[in-house]
Amino acid sequence: MSENINLTLKIWRQKGPNDKGHLETHEARDISTDMSFLEMLDVVNEQLTVEGKDPVSFDHDCREGICGMCGTVINGLAHGPERGTTLCQLHMRHFKDGDTIVIEPWRARPFRIIKDLVVDRSSFDEIIQAGGYVSVNTGQAPEANSIPVPPEWAELAMDAAACIGCGACVAACPNASAMLFVGAKISQLALLPQGKPEAAKRALSMLRKMDELDFGNCSNETECEAVCPKEISITNIARFNREFLVASFGSSEK
Amino acid sequence: MQLDARIPGGPLAEKWDRHRFELKLVNPANKRKFEIIVVGTGLAGASASATLAELGYNVKTFCLQDSPRRAHSIAAQGGINAAKNYPGDGDSIWRLFYDTIKGGDFRAREANVYRLAQISNNIIDQCVAQGVPFAREYGGLLANRSFGGAQVERTFYARGQTGQQLLLGAYSALMRQVAAGKVKVYPRREMMDLVLVDGSARGIVVRNLITGEMESHAAHAVILATGGYGNAYFLSTMAMSSNVSAIWRAHKKGAYFSHPSFVQIHPTCIPVHGTYQSKLTLMSESLRNDGRVWVPDRAGDKRSPNDIPESERDYLLERKYPSFGNLVPRDVASRSAKEVCDQGKGIGPTGFAIYLDFKDAIERDGIDVIRKKYGNLFQMYERITGEDPYKTPMMIYPAIHYTMGGLWVDYNLMSTIPGLFVLGEANFSDHGSNRLGASALMQGLSDGYFVIPYTIGGYLAGTVLPEVDEAHPSFEDSIKLMNEGIAKLLSIKGSRTVDDFHRELGHILWEYGGMSRNESGMLKAKELILGLREQFWENVMVSGSPGEFNQTLERAGRVADFLEFAELLIEDGMSREESCGCHFNEAFQTEDHEALRNDDSCCYVAAWEFNGPGKAPTLHKEPLVFENVELAQRSYK
Repeated sequence: MSENINLTLKIWRQKGPNDKGHLETHEARDISTDMSFLEMLDVVNEQLTVEGKDPVSFDHDCREGICGMCGTVINGLAHGPERGTTLCQLHMRHFKDGDTIVIEPWRARPFRIIKDLVVDRSSFDEIIQAGGYVSVNTGQAPEANSIPVPPEWAELAMDAAACIGCGACVAACPNASAMLFVGAKISQLALLPQGKPEAAKRALSMLRKMDELDFGNCSNETECEAVCPKEISITNIARFNREFLVASFGSSEK
Repeated sequence: MQLDARIPGGPLAEKWDRHRFELKLVNPANKRKFEIIVVGTGLAGASASATLAELGYNVKTFCLQDSPRRAHSIAAQGGINAAKNYPGDGDSIWRLFYDTIKGGDFRAREANVYRLAQISNNIIDQCVAQGVPFAREYGGLLANRSFGGAQVERTFYARGQTGQQLLLGAYSALMRQVAAGKVKVYPRREMMDLVLVDGSARGIVVRNLITGEMESHAAHAVILATGGYGNAYFLSTMAMSSNVSAIWRAHKKGAYFSHPSFVQIHPTCIPVHGTYQSKLTLMSESLRNDGRVWVPDRAGDKRSPNDIPESERDYLLERKYPSFGNLVPRDVASRSAKEVCDQGKGIGPTGFAIYLDFKDAIERDGIDVIRKKYGNLFQMYERITGEDPYKTPMMIYPAIHYTMGGLWVDYNLMSTIPGLFVLGEANFSDHGSNRLGASALMQGLSDGYFVIPYTIGGYLAGTVLPEVDEAHPSFEDSIKLMNEGIAKLLSIKGSRTVDDFHRELGHILWEYGGMSRNESGMLKAKELILGLREQFWENVMVSGSPGEFNQTLERAGRVADFLEFAELLIEDGMSREESCGCHFNEAFQTEDHEALRNDDSCCYVAAWEFNGPGKAPTLHKEPLVFENVELAQRSYK
C-alpha cells in the first residue's frame, strides 16, 4: 500500500557546459511511494518554482521506459537501484523514509553536460550514422515473406534491438565505452539476413567512429550489462568482436 | 474559401495509381534545388525525411528531443496492420479499407482510406528489408495476430515494442541520409512559427532549446509531422512534450483545423491514482485478446476480486457484444467502462477502474504461453502498481490516447496553406471519428514513405516559387513577435505554476469534453476555459530567462496554446449534432446507449478557420461522399 515518506536529495546543479557544478541539498517532503522518481522530481521542482528558485533541469519524455530520454545516476547507480528499469519507471516504493539520495548526471567524456542533469548524447546518433542501418531505399524492398528468418534468430535480433539508446552503459563503464550500445546494433543486423551484405563494412565503420568520438575501450567490467534498463546482454559485445575479426581478416573492407 | 479535397476521379481501386500518373514530376537533377523542412521525427516525419532525401531533395529535419529516435511513436506497443492475408483468413485490401472506414464510424474519406489499405503491404516489405525484427512463425515466415476489433489476423508485431522497432527502422534510414549529407537534423528545437511569403509556407522559426536563441529556416515547402494534442487533457498516454503548438500556430496562420473534438480514449490504461501523477500508462490492447473485462454485479462490492464468485461478476463486454466480446473497438469499450463505473460498480480505491482478468487464459493455455505473449506488459504493470497480474486481475480504466483530429489536408496531404503539408497524427485524414488498433503506425508510415514523396513533387513541379531565404523580412517579423510572446510570459511573475494551470485545464476537458458530452456541459467548459486563460495571462509563474535552457518556459508556451486550442475542441464538439465514434453526445443515442449518427446532416468533415484572437472561428464543411460502402449503424453485437 502507498505511504508518504520524506527524503533528503543531493542534486547536481550546473548552469552550463563550462560552469563549475556542485551538489545542492533539497528536502522532499510527503512523497507518496506510488510516485515515479521523475514525479518526485516534479514535486520538488514545483516547490522550487513557488519559492522563486531555478527548478532542476532533467531530460524525460515518454515516461513509460521506452524513449530513452531520461536517466541520471542515483546513489552511484545509473537509473537507480532496480534492475532492468529506466529512471521514469523507478518508483518511490523502493526507497525508505529518511533516505538520502544523490542524483547526478551521466558522466562520460563524450557526453557533455548541458545543464544540471541534462547531457548531450548526439554522439550516439553519429555512431548510427556510421553504419547502423541497412542500405535500402524506400520502394526497393522485396516481398516481406521472400526473406524467411528462423524465429530464434529473430528473437535474438529483437533482444539486441530493444536498446533504447539512453547511455546508461557508457555512464556506468569506468572507460566510458559504448561497446554495449554499438554491439547491440551490430548484433541485431548481423543476425538477420538483411544485414549481411554490409556486415563487415558496418562493424569496421561503427567501431572507428566510436573511437573517434572519444569513447573508451571495453575491458570486460560488465557494468554496462548490470545497469542496462533493457537488460541487453554482453554476449552482443562478443558477437561484435567476432564480426570485427571477420571483417578485419576475412573481408576486403578497410 | 471552397474546400477542395482533390480526390482523383475513377474507380476507388484505381484512384491512387491514376493520381500518381497525373502528378507532375520533378526532374531528378532538379530535386537537389529544392529545400524541404520536416518538423517532427516520429514515424511520419522520419520516414518522410529519409525518403525525400533518397529522392534527392535537401531536407532539414527538426525535433524537440535530444535525438530523432525519441519521438513518441516509439511507445506504440501492439502492432501494425497490413492486408497481406498471410494467414489466409479472408483478409484483403478491400476488407482492411472497409474495417477502417466502419471503425471510424464513416467520418473519413473513402479515397484516403482505400489508399492507406493499398499501401499497408508496401510498408511491411519496407520495414522487413530495413531489419525490423518482426515476430516469426517456426518456419521463419512473418507471424500475425488479431488486434483491436478485427476479425482477421492482420497485425504484424515485434513483441510489445512494435512502435519502437518501426521508429528505429525509420530513424536508421534517416541517419543514413544524414551520413550521405542529404538531411541535416536539428535536435532540441521547438517550432515557434510558420513563415508565409505571398501566402505560401516558406519556412519556420524555431527556438534553440539549449541557448534560447530564435533561428530562421527557409525552404520551398514545409512538412509538419508533429503528432497529436492529447496532452490538452493534461493526463494522457502521450509523451510529456507532445503538444498542439506547431499545428496550432500553423492554424493561426491560415491552416484549417479539422475535428479537434475527435479524441480517442483508450480503454486499457492503468487507472489514475494520485494528484501528483504526470502521465497515464497504456496497457496494450492486445491484452484484450486473452483478458476478460469484468466488474462486480453489485455496486459497492469491496471484496477482493479472487473472493467474488463467477455468479456475482458482470463480464460486461461479453454480455453486451456477444460476437465481438472483449474485442469491441476502443470507443465502445471505453464508454462501457465509464457506464459501469458511473453505476457505482467500479473497483479500486477511486471506483474508477474495472478488472482485466487473465485467470481463464492462464488455466486454458498455461502460464508460459501467457508470459511469452504479454510478459513485458505484465512486468510493466507490476513495476508501476506493485501488483502481480498473474495472481490478481489487472485494474484498468480508459485514458486519452490518440487524436483523430488535426490540420485539414487534401488527398495530397496539403493543408489550406499552399506548401504546408501535414502527416501522421497531426493531420485529420484517415481515421474518421475513431481509430482502430494498429492503424496509427500504418498511417504514419504510409504518409511518410509512400504518399508525400509523390505528392510534394506534384506541388513543387507545378508551382512557381520565387527565391526566398532567411534574410526575407517575414522571418525577422516573426522572430520579433515570438520574442515578445516569451517576454510577456516571463514578465507576469504570478503565483500559480504552469503545471497547476495545465492540470486544471485537463480536468475541465476530461469532465465536459471526455467520453460523454452534452450541451450544457460543453457550454460550461467554454466559460471555464475562457476564465482559466485569463487567469493564466495574469497569474502564471515562469522562472528563469529566455536566453537559456529553460524547461518551465517551454511548458508555459505549450500550455498557453492548449488554453486557446481547448476552446476550439469544445466548439467543434458542440457543432456536431450527432454521436459518432469517440464523440458521444448524450442527446444522440440509441435505446441501448450506443452512438447515434446523423448521416443526413452530419456527413461532413468539419474544417475550422481562425479569424483572429477573441473572434469566433468559421466552420467550413467538406461533404463526405460514400460511393463504395453503405452507411450502416455500427454493430458489434
